[in-house]
Amino acid sequence: MPVLVVADHDNSALAPITFNTVTAAAEITADVHVLVAGNNSAGVAEAASMISGVAKVLHAEGAAYEHQLAEALAPVVIAQGKNYSHILFPSNTTGKNVAPRVAALLDVAQISDIVEVVSDNTFVRPIYAGNAIATVQSSDPVKVITVRGTAFAAAETQDVSGIVESVETAENPSISAFVGDELTKSERPELTAARVIISGGRGMQSGENFEMIEKIADKLGAAVGASRAAVDAGYKPNDYQVGQTGKVVAPELYIAVGISGAIQHLAGMKDSKVIVAINKDEEAPIFSVADYGIVGDLFKIIPELDEELEQQEIKPR
Amino acid sequence: MKLLVAVKRVIDYNVKVRVKGDETGVETANVKMSMNPFDEIAVEEAVRLLEAGTATEVVAVSLGVQQCQETIRTALAMGVDRGIHIKSDEELQPLAVAKLLAKIVKKESPDMVILGKQAIDDDSNQTGQMLAGLLGWSQGTFASEIALAEGKVNVTREIDGGLQTIAIDLPAIITTDLRLNEPRYASLPNIMKAKKKEIVEMTPEELDVDITPRLTTLKVSEPAKREGGIKVETVTELISKLKSEAGVI
Repeated sequence: MPVLVVADHDNSALAPITFNTVTAAAEITADVHVLVAGNNSAGVAEAASMISGVAKVLHAEGAAYEHQLAEALAPVVIAQGKNYSHILFPSNTTGKNVAPRVAALLDVAQISDIVEVVSDNTFVRPIYAGNAIATVQSSDPVKVITVRGTAFAAAETQDVSGIVESVETAENPSISAFVGDELTKSERPELTAARVIISGGRGMQSGENFEMIEKIADKLGAAVGASRAAVDAGYKPNDYQVGQTGKVVAPELYIAVGISGAIQHLAGMKDSKVIVAINKDEEAPIFSVADYGIVGDLFKIIPELDEELEQQEIKPR
Repeated sequence: MKLLVAVKRVIDYNVKVRVKGDETGVETANVKMSMNPFDEIAVEEAVRLLEAGTATEVVAVSLGVQQCQETIRTALAMGVDRGIHIKSDEELQPLAVAKLLAKIVKKESPDMVILGKQAIDDDSNQTGQMLAGLLGWSQGTFASEIALAEGKVNVTREIDGGLQTIAIDLPAIITTDLRLNEPRYASLPNIMKAKKKEIVEMTPEELDVDITPRLTTLKVSEPAKREGGIKVETVTELISKLKSEAGVI
């Protein structure tokens, strides 16, 4: 039986994590279909059909799907999804919102945030803020799963578009409506997809001081993140937050500046390839996971780092 | 309006958990337990609505072993009116919890149920959404602000790119994000008062819900350990290591 991936998108482009989710689906079976439900979203459906390994795209078009609200989206996912052995969602805020609603309506368990596919019914997922790793087996006829994007490579794309089939929309219960959004605008790469991330914590002392690390981010082509302490103190908006309750990232290089390294923060970044810690407290737990650490005052070290990057003419890759 | 809040007893968030030697789970014996932090926020929000006169009654529900009554007492001390304990020594997975809560909702007919967005032990982030699905209610997940207005709730949600506001019909399910509020500490007089408040005990059998786990945990293991790193003295040394040794810049 084929596997269905529910694409996340904003009606004009696929969310990058959809590509990682396709890779996870392909590890279950070679027959991967993608569902694109959206409004004026034909371009997105075509883009989904160009992902390598996607055999077919199901396209549901309707105004109700414009903002991917769970109440409207769940019925169409169920209508299509019951013909599948697995329904996979990206484990981002959209997937996490919709997947459990779908699972409950199909009377099956949902498996959250998988990091590995062991077999078609056995999956690996972190629990306790990543301090333990559980291998779970599902006995349900349909497996509803959310996929941790950073644990799977992004699927490739090809130049030719594949099969796109229009599917019927499902009835919208009309019990929810979109009012508005307030999205953080940034020229920098998206946090969960960035190759390099530099994050600031409480040690930054103010939002203005984040400019120092933003300068470094621009030299490295990095995204900027924050610890919960920095977000709670209002230095940065909440969508910058890395951790158990924020975003989970696994870049090639993670630079933690003025972050002590609470369990909840480590849960969001400890799978990074190389971790650098800059902290004045030699005993800070962040040093126990850091590959390279500098003990010292960040207000002295960061400007030095900036100057050194400038002198050595280090450019974003 | 009447509110229901669901609270879970979990290992305290400050505890560094240890995986058991036989890989069957994590060590819970003699480990400090407390109310799931997201659920404290749910209780606080409900109590604030009570104090504002918007809510008329708040009922807290917890599911699981006998000691869950302590978690309910904590909620009562924060200002909740009464408690319901669904007692079970079996493992309760989110689908079973959602089904049990759905039964309680049918009995109590609240206008809104507030839950934490996720429990910090299983990190599932499912129960609220499942409950909404089972009841056919609207859902406002990861809420950082809620405002009631004429049969609707305006919910500001924390999403990946920033914030999103939706208007959802009542009755509704809300799940709380960390920034919804700052939970209060229960004062000693309130803790004393909470001892007199009622907690009704029920069982999954009485509620006629099949709680058989759908997922079997085959093993629980330690995450891969990171190699201990080194400390460097200067920024120049750091950059040279990142360039030549790690090859990441």
